[in-house]
Amino acid sequence: MKILFDGIDEPGLNTLEVYRRRGGYDALEKALAMEPDEVLGAISDSQIRGRGGAGFRMGQKASFLPHGDMEKYLVCNADESEPGTFKDRELMQKSPHMLVEGIVIATFAVGIHKAFIYIRGEYALQADILEAAIAEAADAGLLGERILGSGHSLSLVLHRGAGAYICGEETGLLDSLEGKRGNPRLKPPFPAIEGLYHGPTLINNVETLATVPHIISMGGKEYAEIGTETSTGTKLVSISGDVQRPGNYEIELGIPSREIIYDLAGGPDEGRTVKFWFPGGSSSPVLTGDDLDVPYDFDSMAKAGSMLGSGAIIVVDDTHTVLEVALKLAKFYAHESCGKCVPCREGTNWTVKMLQRIQSGEATPMDLDIMASVQDQIIGNCLCVLGDAMAMPIGSMIVKFREELEAEIEAARERAAAGQLEDVIPIGVADEHAGQIPVH
Amino acid sequence: MSPAPRAVARFGHGSRVPGWDEAVDLTKPPAVVPDLATTEVPDELRATIEAAMAKYPDRRSAAIPALHAAQEVHGWCSPEAIEQVAAVMSLTPAYLTSVATFYDMLETHPKPRNDVYVCTNISCSLLGADEFFEAMHEAALEDVDVNVRAFECLGACDIAPMASVNGEYVGPLEPADAARIVEDLRAGRPVLESKQLRYRRCVDPGVAEGAAEFSPPAADVPRTDTAGLGPEGDTVDRAGPSAPYEVPTEEEPPAPGDTSHEHAPDAEPESKDAPDQPPREAK
Repeated sequence: MKILFDGIDEPGLNTLEVYRRRGGYDALEKALAMEPDEVLGAISDSQIRGRGGAGFRMGQKASFLPHGDMEKYLVCNADESEPGTFKDRELMQKSPHMLVEGIVIATFAVGIHKAFIYIRGEYALQADILEAAIAEAADAGLLGERILGSGHSLSLVLHRGAGAYICGEETGLLDSLEGKRGNPRLKPPFPAIEGLYHGPTLINNVETLATVPHIISMGGKEYAEIGTETSTGTKLVSISGDVQRPGNYEIELGIPSREIIYDLAGGPDEGRTVKFWFPGGSSSPVLTGDDLDVPYDFDSMAKAGSMLGSGAIIVVDDTHTVLEVALKLAKFYAHESCGKCVPCREGTNWTVKMLQRIQSGEATPMDLDIMASVQDQIIGNCLCVLGDAMAMPIGSMIVKFREELEAEIEAARERAAAGQLEDVIPIGVADEHAGQIPVH
Repeated sequence: MSPAPRAVARFGHGSRVPGWDEAVDLTKPPAVVPDLATTEVPDELRATIEAAMAKYPDRRSAAIPALHAAQEVHGWCSPEAIEQVAAVMSLTPAYLTSVATFYDMLETHPKPRNDVYVCTNISCSLLGADEFFEAMHEAALEDVDVNVRAFECLGACDIAPMASVNGEYVGPLEPADAARIVEDLRAGRPVLESKQLRYRRCVDPGVAEGAAEFSPPAADVPRTDTAGLGPEGDTVDRAGPSAPYEVPTEEEPPAPGDTSHEHAPDAEPESKDAPDQPPREAK
């Protein structure tokens, strides 16, 4: 069943003409003829859960916003930087008007007149396409004052980021949008009460907002019938890593994960097996080849000890070691930690150093216990979940692959004792910047 | 694997750019907001920054777009560039420096003109991004105009291993492509056109089911803005099963209603066998 990806490859879908020919902006007309509360009710009825990672119900989040006439904002989070996730990119590139339409409907439902799209700076092509789409929509009277003759007005601004993973976190994103360093804020107050420029702010992911027109046109209750009872609708899944056909697939929530990894994406190359996989971006605890039959929805994933996250599956086959993936992962989070909270700033850095000790043959099995305790001390002790995002997968790797890591420690110690470690390159966290640091 | 250190960064007048490990000179008063009347700002840059400021309720929101624009003009966020932005935005240089040093795409040290960001995150490195990064680094050594950086997930794991060349996503890459990228950059032509992300189709086989009803592209559809179209005159079929029509071999786009562009319903949903992508080799 295709909802978001229906006809996504039609040439020229990024233009208003083709989008309208396919029935685009009909949902907006329908919504504007309804009462705002009815529109919000339909979104609540659909029980759609946020597609950005947290999985919070959109209708509930929108209902937290105070009523009345005040400076309220909607921010669309298009800073898709979770490793393994690339669904919003395809959506924005091929069907930008779907997002614009969703934003107009959502702002109408909540009574917002100023909206921003925060897109990551690396998505230059997608930002250009969106900008063109916004201009086209404004010319056609679909944005601006008194949209389509109704009482609703909206100005929509596209804001380009400049490369920082932390700006995908909602409060870090708000600080970045205010022109500051993207440091997360203390919650509460939550953005729905005090967000951008201290006004109540609704923050939603691209995919969530792009689904809104479809919810309005098919009806909230009808949308809720798709998928499972607690995870309604369809989901774009980005699958990558060791599979034969990596890419974006639209699936109905609740189908077995095996179907996505093997039937759709072709599974690992012949003769190899799935060693472990991240079900929801690199921040989710890993699952092994034994968990392939877990249904792909929010609750089943939580029950299996992981999470659906942003819906990005990264498959690792048996030709790779756990250590190499863990080190890549830890280095990424150490680099991207903004440094505001000590457990995250220090915890990510020390995890990298401990993993490097394993590589260089200096570690003992006790280091794994220390590493596991560091992960425990990060989780829940920071303003945002960046530290947790490293601690959860690394913690799960230590639990699930302890034997392999111990063997790795032993092998590296033996190699070090025999003086055979020349091939191990010490990879520092600051390596990628090594070229930019001037030599004095 | 670490890139070779570059030469000492210097300002145009010869003095060294202050490094990360140099203490601030506390005997000097902090820099104040520069006076716009006495600071020389290129007219175009000033207009861009002022237009950006007008878009937001708070002018500070324009800090990132303004620094971006200044970086375009000066090549990097140099002290002069930051001073010019500070003057137009009525902010202190210290505030803007704090912003510029936070973001990976704003560079506070002189850099070569062309940016090649090689993604070295999990999905890409599983498929050989580290080898490609090394090859890219080697290839760029001869060319002072290429800034090769290992970058965190660029959001294109479907074409892993990939790189962003001046904002253009290309992939899947092999070490041999590194030399082509440098060559294309030097010649000023589109980089690795057959591997650009913008032309790729969706891999979801379900998309193909509805593809039969696609109309052929109108003559005025900008070819580069839609997936699956390919550059003018290009005959390469790109990955993805939803080929709705054949890419025309003639120069002119097909006339509407042309039946030769019908979708083949039983097209093989196989992305690997496209001519430009040899099957992945077993490691």
